[in-house]
Amino acid sequence: MSMSLKKTPIPEQDPKIRAKNFSEVSLGYTEENAATEAERCLQCKKAPCRQGCPVEVDIPAFIGHIKKGDIQAAADNLKEVNSLPAVCGRVCPQEEQCEKFCVLGKKGEPVGIGRLERYAADYLLKNAKPAEKLEYGADAKRVAVVGSGPAGLTAAGDLAKMGYKVTIFEALHLPGGVLMYGIPEFRLPKAVVQAEIQVLKDIGVDVQVNFVAGKTLTVDELMDEEGFDAVFIGTGAGLPYFMGVPGENLSGVYSANEFLTRSNLMKAYRFPEYKTPIYVGKKVAVIGGGNVAMDGARTALRLGAEKSYIVYRRSENELPARAEEVHHAHEEGIDFQLLTAPTEVLGNEQGWVRGMKCIRMELGEPDASGRRSPVEIPGSEFEIDVDVIVVAIGQGPNPLVQSTTKGLATNKKGNIVADPETGATSKPGVFAGGDIVTGAATVILAMGAGKKAARAIDAYLKEKK
Amino acid sequence: MYKITFTSELAPSVKLFKVEAPLIARKAQPGQFIILRTDESGERIPLTIADFDRKAGTITLIFQEVGASTIDLGKFNVGDALLDVVGPLGKATHIENFGTVVVVGGGIGIAPIFPIARGMKEAGNEVISIIGARSSNILFWEKEMAEVSSELHVTTDDGSTGRHGLVTHVLQDMIDAGKKIGLVVAIGPVIMMKFVAELTRKYNIPTVVSLNPVMIDGTGMCGGCRVAVGNENKFACVDGPEFDAHKIDFDGLMARQRFYKAQEKETLDRCKNEGGDHKCQCR
Repeated sequence: MSMSLKKTPIPEQDPKIRAKNFSEVSLGYTEENAATEAERCLQCKKAPCRQGCPVEVDIPAFIGHIKKGDIQAAADNLKEVNSLPAVCGRVCPQEEQCEKFCVLGKKGEPVGIGRLERYAADYLLKNAKPAEKLEYGADAKRVAVVGSGPAGLTAAGDLAKMGYKVTIFEALHLPGGVLMYGIPEFRLPKAVVQAEIQVLKDIGVDVQVNFVAGKTLTVDELMDEEGFDAVFIGTGAGLPYFMGVPGENLSGVYSANEFLTRSNLMKAYRFPEYKTPIYVGKKVAVIGGGNVAMDGARTALRLGAEKSYIVYRRSENELPARAEEVHHAHEEGIDFQLLTAPTEVLGNEQGWVRGMKCIRMELGEPDASGRRSPVEIPGSEFEIDVDVIVVAIGQGPNPLVQSTTKGLATNKKGNIVADPETGATSKPGVFAGGDIVTGAATVILAMGAGKKAARAIDAYLKEKK
Repeated sequence: MYKITFTSELAPSVKLFKVEAPLIARKAQPGQFIILRTDESGERIPLTIADFDRKAGTITLIFQEVGASTIDLGKFNVGDALLDVVGPLGKATHIENFGTVVVVGGGIGIAPIFPIARGMKEAGNEVISIIGARSSNILFWEKEMAEVSSELHVTTDDGSTGRHGLVTHVLQDMIDAGKKIGLVVAIGPVIMMKFVAELTRKYNIPTVVSLNPVMIDGTGMCGGCRVAVGNENKFACVDGPEFDAHKIDFDGLMARQRFYKAQEKETLDRCKNEGGDHKCQCR
């Protein structure tokens, strides 16, 4: 049988249709697709792909099970190390992780590891029996996990499996963090996120929502008064940055966090059935070039915008978003205004956005990040006619926990200082990982940090005893 | 779930709820707020904590039924439960002995000003209170305010009770009479807070106001509640809700408050058309 050099394509909704709905873009592999793709895996003994997986999935093993047609075994294999395989299979940038190291990638396209992971994980969700509750010893130690995003959920799952009693504290009314408020339904259905969290609840993880650590109780109180033996902080990068140009407080200017939270968490796309409103107007400009910007621009289209722009100050090559997201955005008709930077938001007399003043850029010398830095082209100012602007230029660390926890060291940017291998912070018994330590990064890197911290917390608590 | 243990109607469309929320009651301080959701399809509604009972584990919330969500909330009865309540959020009021503190409460703003007046009194201040409303029938807590104030002034726009006029008229008279004021704390409609700020600015009287802009999460994540304070943008939910009134861009704030006017009207009309007898049938 001749092996295809290309990945088995994944069925997707037609771009014209999907740009008007919130259903998932990618429909997932069929049984036949999955079997074909699994056949491409060479089952390498040394399996270079594995070095690219921060949550240590045994990639050849789970694909081997799919090859044999035993999807349940493939899913069980994934679940052993990864609490969120249906999430990872959808939003993990595999091209930068496992698939980057795949031997097939040298001559053609790598194995579609992410697509196969999603297939097996979805099989499990569809055929799920409630997971069995873990038995805890009478002397089981208690760990508090602050924040229920990818880092916290991973740490919680691993710690529970090690025999610790885990309570997750979440500020919002639903657990999941950025998986719930940030990533849109059409990339990551919220039911999928909640189903994977339900498994954690089933095995005995206690999830407390409506709890703002640092306000409702502090980390010190959790340890000193509530009896937690260790704390993992995974509060993410939740503080939106703004551009600092005039007019940014006009009505019609959103942070990407607000725009996406309204649509995703609060389900404003189903307004007025869901009562949280959102305003898109006719023409929307999203500032930024990352995954969050793509999510914002594509959400705007689905909410009924006639025109949705991405405004980014560098060129296509520097776009930080995943190639797949950029491709999807192009397909759906997003207008990319590259090498363009906003200089002012223009308002009308009622304080509403009526347009945006921009300037064209060119690439100059490489900056500290190694990327060529954008330089303004004098005299190239122009106006874009828009009525909503979504600012997606990045997020910083939310200071609530750091500012209320005694002896917790932070760096200049306000991120918690933690050992990259263990997550240990300057405060004994307190560990941290994910975006709150590294600054905004990806779901999978946060999960990797959660995994390492869980192991380190286990070691810490064993030694303490 | 957060059970409602007591309800009362303070004035037409102004309601008071006591809600079981022991963790919040344990920590709450004057000036802080909570965010609640009535049900699965509900908005996140920020409300100031008007009072708290640490022993009973309850917090007191006062709200005016102005839109679909607050009208829906008003249909809850004793024994019903709110789906979500989170807090205490925001920074507490800075309470110390300033000498004489004038607290100004306008309309529904009387609710949040009460615990601040009480706190200021307990800190040894002479507390002079000015409360105002459009008309006598929507004025509430005169007795409660009198108990924590050494002087209480009441104004109504229509003269139906107290002085016919605005809260700023009383404040102006006080200043004209040479009263030495250490601090003014004003909570009410943005336009009222703006005029209080403009008045006290002329006399260099330190003034604090509490803002309640549009917000979602209440933890600094969405940035919807941003407001220009001096040369900086601040988030009312975490940096506030109280700010130096003389530095606030009130006009910008008022414009942003109108952001969702059209949508709010849409849900309100829907609510009125379809509203049942117990809870809103919008969902």
